[in-house]
Amino acid sequence: MSFKKFGRKSFASQTKVDAFIDYLEKGEVRGTQCKSCGTKFFPPRADCDQCLSNDMDWFKIEGVGTLVTYTKQGFAPTGFEKDVPYTTAMAIFDGVQIFGRLDGSIPDDEVAIGMNVGVRTLQYDDGQLSYEFIKA
Amino acid sequence: MSKDVAIIGVGQSYFTREYPGSIRELAFDAWREAAQDAGITAKDISASVICSAPEYDAQRSPAGVISEYLGFVPAPTFAIESVCSSSTSGLRAAYSMVKAGLHDIVAVVGFQKMSEITSADSQERMGRGSDIQWESPFGTMMPGYYASHAQAHFKQYGSTERDLAMIRAKSTKYGALNDRAVYRKVVTVEECLAKPVVTSPLKVFDCCGNADGSSCVIVANADRAKELCKKPVWFMGLGSGSASVTLTGRSNCYGLTAAMKAAQDAYAMAGITAQDVKVAEVHDCFTIAELMAYEALGFAELGKGVELVREGQNEIGGKIPVNVDGGLLSKGHPIGATGGSQVRTIVLQLRDEAGPMQVPGQPEIGLVHNVGGVGLYANVTILGR
Ligand SMILES: [Zn+2]
Repeated sequence: MSFKKFGRKSFASQTKVDAFIDYLEKGEVRGTQCKSCGTKFFPPRADCDQCLSNDMDWFKIEGVGTLVTYTKQGFAPTGFEKDVPYTTAMAIFDGVQIFGRLDGSIPDDEVAIGMNVGVRTLQYDDGQLSYEFIKA
Repeated sequence: MSKDVAIIGVGQSYFTREYPGSIRELAFDAWREAAQDAGITAKDISASVICSAPEYDAQRSPAGVISEYLGFVPAPTFAIESVCSSSTSGLRAAYSMVKAGLHDIVAVVGFQKMSEITSADSQERMGRGSDIQWESPFGTMMPGYYASHAQAHFKQYGSTERDLAMIRAKSTKYGALNDRAVYRKVVTVEECLAKPVVTSPLKVFDCCGNADGSSCVIVANADRAKELCKKPVWFMGLGSGSASVTLTGRSNCYGLTAAMKAAQDAYAMAGITAQDVKVAEVHDCFTIAELMAYEALGFAELGKGVELVREGQNEIGGKIPVNVDGGLLSKGHPIGATGGSQVRTIVLQLRDEAGPMQVPGQPEIGLVHNVGGVGLYANVTILGR
């Protein structure tokens, strides 16, 4: 059930990759890598669609990535209203694409596709765990 | 062209903010028009395919209720869903059933009564429109994903907010001519640009509106088509594809690969190229979606879609008239009905019956591009006369 803790609001509770939450608690964002064929997955997967193996390692997302795209949302679905406005974005770290939010304290005119970003974990007041992209 | 499966009748309801009736009555409006168009009755229907996005339906498994109300019992019926592209997915199934010889006449009925649920319920469902495990927890929504594609397209190809506003202005010009459209007012490029931002860079007029509506397409084999129909419109090519739900699985964010695959397959089956298409309906749920469609369909080279916009080549009289019925942007987007409405427009165009929206010169080949989700599903259908 620990996956209920993922994100501003979680919609899923059970997954075989809920160790993702344990890593978030330790301040790490991790994806999975197939031990059999080496394919890297983000978001993490329990099963390899390339070779059918279910034997996975966890690798850490770290270092400097670049912003692939983003949008600053002025509206939100139910459960996210109090965060408006917020920026959802995708960044790429060493060939692995990650989806998430961008640090809201970065001024709009400094946000651009191609900018250098890092990733950091965060915990909301209600204990929910997530991560965001920060300027690097 | 192999003339073996045809469309012999098309219909659609008025697209409206709030339909004053039930879903079965809404579906009947489209069926009545399609049946009269084809000159058939419910007894002629050998099977039906019912298309809607079920998250808007209060009725569980609506295929049975719709089929019964339209008088199709005891013909087999079932539902097909691929969100916004449901009714062209239904069309693909109907084509297959007729081509295989299982059925001689199949009705594809698309409908959506988006006002069936409250706007609070709608906001809640909006949050579950993407991958609920990995992306919804960030507060994503459909317009945000298309906006992310717009940002990437701007960066990659130099397209601008003004280009998008020009697409909307064109849409309103034709929407004003379409009595079935929900939005009938003509707006200027400057008016579009002056509207508030919904999710950067998309503004209010870059987004289509919700609507209630229905559509119906009658598909028949060659014998029945020749017997019943003076102006059958023939299937030339059907292409279909998919892409990952999560944005992280996409190779880029400035095009929709599912639509590109669908287009390639449809052109290959039809044995034609983009230049042979004389009129097109593309899935413009957002202005950026129409721009990406020009490139996916080969109406312009990758990155050159803006030239069609800036030169007005996407209008009647231009190289490739696109969405000259107002598109989703002006007609409204009743999810399950949308694809069938696009097909209806192209069928009317090929029959030279599109009234004030008619592309002159009696177009022989038309194309429908219908996308589900943010490029998650895509169907391209090429029709000829
Ligand atoms: Zn593997």
